[in-house]
Amino acid sequence: MTTLSAPAAHPLPADWRDFFALTKPRVMSLVIFTGLCGMLAAPVAIQPVLGFTAILCIAMGAGGAAALNQWWEADLDAGMKRTAARPLPAGRMDRTSARDFGFLLSGASVFLMAFAVGWLAAAILAVSIVYYAVVYTIWLKPRTPQNIVIGGGAGAFPPMIGWVAATGDITLIPVVLFAIIFFWTPPHFWALALFVQSDYAKVGIPMLPVVAGEAATRRQILLYSLLLLPLTLVPWWIGGAGTVYGICAGLLSSLFVALAIRVGLRRRTGEDDAMKPEKQLFAYSVLYLFVLFAALVADRWLVVQGITS
Amino acid sequence: MTEQLDPNAARKRIQRSRNRVVALLLAAFVVLVYAISIVRMD
Repeated sequence: MTTLSAPAAHPLPADWRDFFALTKPRVMSLVIFTGLCGMLAAPVAIQPVLGFTAILCIAMGAGGAAALNQWWEADLDAGMKRTAARPLPAGRMDRTSARDFGFLLSGASVFLMAFAVGWLAAAILAVSIVYYAVVYTIWLKPRTPQNIVIGGGAGAFPPMIGWVAATGDITLIPVVLFAIIFFWTPPHFWALALFVQSDYAKVGIPMLPVVAGEAATRRQILLYSLLLLPLTLVPWWIGGAGTVYGICAGLLSSLFVALAIRVGLRRRTGEDDAMKPEKQLFAYSVLYLFVLFAALVADRWLVVQGITS
Repeated sequence: MTEQLDPNAARKRIQRSRNRVVALLLAAFVVLVYAISIVRMD
């Protein structure tokens, strides 16, 4: 084992890996993927260098917002098992570095997007960063159990930004893509909150299971999942996506609803409950979003190739 | 076995690796801005 004998008064500088961890790389991967899908599903092909830059900007913006989120919530993160090992609560980084890094990354992403792609995409990116770092993190999360519902909008922007980067304007399809992620977020997060609710309760975050109880949370998960099913079919109904997408969306969303019904109608048996249906819904919800957006891109590709209409 | 590392050496090592990463990122940024400029001019 190797130990460092650094005096407490002069802590070691943060490693570059800690700065990378500050950007929440796993969340960022989903953001990059949905942003890329929004761009590839658009009817206009974007120049590759500009497309790469737009995705880079989406990633930088998401990373900057995540850094600002961790800067603001460092004390809360220290009190939760799931987040205690992050660079700030673990003491591997000072708060000022995290804050400056967050502002630098966020600002650079917006200016680079404006320079490379255009002001509309840059403006939506700026709104998404402010939405996550201020509206969700600072304002809603500590105040209301509906934090996830309204805050879910922050994660719903990437496909819209990707679409706007390619086409230069907003139509109905990117708004529907926004709505799909918006309605997907509550069942996804509340499934997680059901099996880590003791963590949230400990630090005083009013997550729905903590404030309204498990039964209400299960009902809400079911409600949002039922709304998600027809919503995912809208791109097909309005002719923005083809049959391949329509079939995939129908099957994927039906399975989502089936898993949500299991969670929604379930009574917890006791403290030692392994919460298997909740964990399954959470795991499936991540896969669901990846496959749904991949289906949208595959459908577009098949149409462009003339294989389907 | 516990091996004690000199904190100054550790500090320099971390600083060096950070500087390398920042230099790489700056170089990549310059190349990217140059590429964007060329594309935008076209």
